[in-house]
Amino acid sequence: MTAIDPTAHLSDQQIEQLGRELDALRDEVISSRGERDAAYIRKVISVQRKLEMTSRGVLLFSLFPPAWLIGTAGLSVAKILENMEIGHNVLHGQWDWMRDPKIHSTSWEWDHVSPAAQWKHSHNELHHTYTNVIGKDNDLGYGIMRVDEDQKWQPFHLGQPLWNFVNACFFEYGIAAYDLELGRNLHKRRRNSPEFRARVREVGKKIRKQVLKDYVIHPLLSGPSFLTTLAATFTANLVRNLWSHSVIMCGHFPEGVQTFERRSIVGETRGQWYLRQMLGSANISGGKLLHIMTGNLSHQIEHHLFPDLPSNRYGEIAPKVQELFERYGLEYVTGSLPKQLFSAWRKVFRLSLPNRGVKTPDLAKERIAA
Amino acid sequence: MTSVALRTRALRLLEMVTTPLLPSDYLDLVDPLRAGAALRGRIEAIHPETSDAATVVIKPGRGWKGHVAGQYVRVGVDVDGVRLWRAYSVTSPTNRADGRITITVKAMPDGKVSNHLVRRAKPGTVIQLHQADGDFVLPAIRPAKVLYLTAGSGITPAMGMVREAELADVVMLHSAPTEADVIFRNDLHDLAADKALRLIELHTDTDGMLDIARLDEHVPDWAERETWACGPAGMLDAAEEHWARHGIADRLHTERFRPNVLVTGEGGAVTFTATDRTVEADGSTPLLDVGEQAGVLMPSGCRMGICFGCVTPLRAGAVRDLRTGEVITAEPGVLIQTCVSAAAGACEIER
Repeated sequence: MTAIDPTAHLSDQQIEQLGRELDALRDEVISSRGERDAAYIRKVISVQRKLEMTSRGVLLFSLFPPAWLIGTAGLSVAKILENMEIGHNVLHGQWDWMRDPKIHSTSWEWDHVSPAAQWKHSHNELHHTYTNVIGKDNDLGYGIMRVDEDQKWQPFHLGQPLWNFVNACFFEYGIAAYDLELGRNLHKRRRNSPEFRARVREVGKKIRKQVLKDYVIHPLLSGPSFLTTLAATFTANLVRNLWSHSVIMCGHFPEGVQTFERRSIVGETRGQWYLRQMLGSANISGGKLLHIMTGNLSHQIEHHLFPDLPSNRYGEIAPKVQELFERYGLEYVTGSLPKQLFSAWRKVFRLSLPNRGVKTPDLAKERIAA
Repeated sequence: MTSVALRTRALRLLEMVTTPLLPSDYLDLVDPLRAGAALRGRIEAIHPETSDAATVVIKPGRGWKGHVAGQYVRVGVDVDGVRLWRAYSVTSPTNRADGRITITVKAMPDGKVSNHLVRRAKPGTVIQLHQADGDFVLPAIRPAKVLYLTAGSGITPAMGMVREAELADVVMLHSAPTEADVIFRNDLHDLAADKALRLIELHTDTDGMLDIARLDEHVPDWAERETWACGPAGMLDAAEEHWARHGIADRLHTERFRPNVLVTGEGGAVTFTATDRTVEADGSTPLLDVGEQAGVLMPSGCRMGICFGCVTPLRAGAVRDLRTGEVITAEPGVLIQTCVSAAAGACEIER
C-alpha cells in the first residue's frame, strides 16, 4: 500500500468513463474473434501434445545423459505450456466461444493436482473477483505471508522467505490446498462437512492419478531407466512449479502494485472494479516466447481487466490499455522478469520484518470505495 | 480372459499413461478419421452446381455406418472459428465405389454455414459428422410409380433417391426461379434423355408458382404415385392439404428444412446450470441459439425439432414449444428440445 492515493486525481465520473472505455475495448475484441484465434489455440495444443509425447518418448532412454537432458527440458516446457497458455486460459472460458467440446471450460481437465472444477471456483470466482483484497484473495500471500505494511507483524512472518520458497517448489500442491481452503476448512466444525470431505476425496483421486502417471507408470515404462525417468518427471514438475510461482508472483507482488482492504470493495461500481484490477496487477515485459511461456500472464493487467478474452489478444490490446493508463494518469507497472522477480522477493524479505518508521494512513482504499 | 476384457484393461492402462487426457486426444493428432475416433469427415472437393450451390465431396471417417437414400447428415463446420451444426441431405448413392459421400448445399442469404461451404471452405478441411438420419427415404420394397415434387434446394434428398435406384416410372416436378437456379440441371436432363425419369421443370420467375390444385395438368396420374415432396413450407403445407383432401395422405412423404414456428411469447432469464451462466432471452429465440451465443456447450442436431439430438433437462421455470405454443414447465425428468423451445419466463436448463 502506498501513502499517496494513486487515484486521488480522478473524479467519480472519470472512473466511470474509464470503465466505459474498457468495455468498448472488450467489445471490440469480442466482435473480432475468429478463425485466426481458433487456429492459434489449436496450434498451441497440437505443439504441446507433440512435445510432451516426444519428450516422454526420449525419456524412455533417460539412462543416457543426453536423452535425460533433452527429455527433461522438453517435458518441462510441455508441462509449462499445458498449465499456463492452455489449461489456465481454457479454464477461464477464453475459448468457449468456439463451441468445441474438446476445448471448453466445462470439459477441460489439466495436468495439475487440483481438479479443474475446484480451481475454477477459487481462481475465477475468488481471485479474479477479489483481486488483491487482503483476507479475501488467497493468491495474495497465500494466507502464510505478510504482504502489506498495514498487516500486523508476527514472529511467524520472520520465516516467510522460506515459506515462500517451499511453496514455490511444491506450488501445485499449494494451489490444491488453497482450492480446498484448507486453512478455513480444517477447523473442527467444518472438517466433517460432507461437502468438504467430497472435495478432499476428489483432490485425493486427482493426486493419485497424477502421481501414478509421473512417478510410477512412466518410470516403469522406461525399464532400466526407471530411476532416471523418475528424476526427470520430478524435475519437470519442479521446474514448472518454480516457473508458474514466479510468474504469478510477478503478477501481483512487485513494488508499485496496490493492495486493498475488505471494506474498500463494498458497493464497488464497474469502473471502480476495473480500476482495482489496473492497480492490483503488474506485467512482465519481454519477447513472444516469454509471453507464451507465461500463458500471456506477462500481460497480467490486460488479463485481469478481461479474464475471458483469448490470451493471444492480450498483447495486441496492451498498447491501447497502456495509453489509457497514461491518459488517466495511472502507473502501468511493468518490467523485465528478473527485475519484477527481484522486486517481489525483496518485498517478501522486507515484510518479514516489522515496519520501520511511522505508519502513514492510506487513502487509496477509501478513495476507490467512495 | 476374453479379448474384450483384455482390451478394456489395455485401454485403462493407456489412460493412466495419458491422464488427464485420453489416448484418443493424441491419436486424433495423427489420424482424425481412424476407427474408434469421434465421427469426422474430410472435405475432398467442392464442385459448384449453380452460382449459389455446390456439392461437397466428403471422405467420412472409419466409423461411418452408411446412409439410406433420402437421409440427411448433420455436419459440424468451424466458421470464423465457431463450430456450427447443420443438416444436409446426402446426394450421393449408397454404393459409391470410393466410399465418399456428397452433400449439396445452397447458400442462403445470411446462412453462415451454407455460404462458408459454398464459397470459402477448402478441400482438406476436417469437419464433424453424425451418422445419417431421417425417415424421408425410399422404402426397401420399391414402389412402381413415383413422383418427386421438389422446389429449390428441396431437390437434394430426391436426387439422393434418384441416383440410388432406377425405378420403372418416375416423374420429377421441380420448381426453381430460373433455369440457372436449377441444381443438378445437367444430370437431370441426362437422366431424362436416358428415359430414367420424366422431368417437368417449372421456372417460377416466368411460369409462376406451382398451383397444387392444378397438379393433374402436369402429372395426370399423381394420385396413383408414391410421392416424396421437399421444398418451402408453403408448398409442403399445400401438398399435405391436397393429398389429405383426396384421402391419400399416406402416399405423401414430406421433408422440411425448417420448423414451423407457430407461437411466440414473453422471454425471460435463462440460466445454464452446468456452465453457471445466466442470460436474457426473448420469447422467440430457440434456447439452443441462446446457449450457443452465451458460449455454453449445447448439443444440437437438425435444429428443427426432429432428431432429438439437442434434448436437455429443464430444471426450473417454463419454456414454450415454438411449433405448438405449448408451455412446458419444469418437473423432474422433463426434457426439452432446445432447438424448438424458447424461454417462457425465467428458466433453468442443465447445460
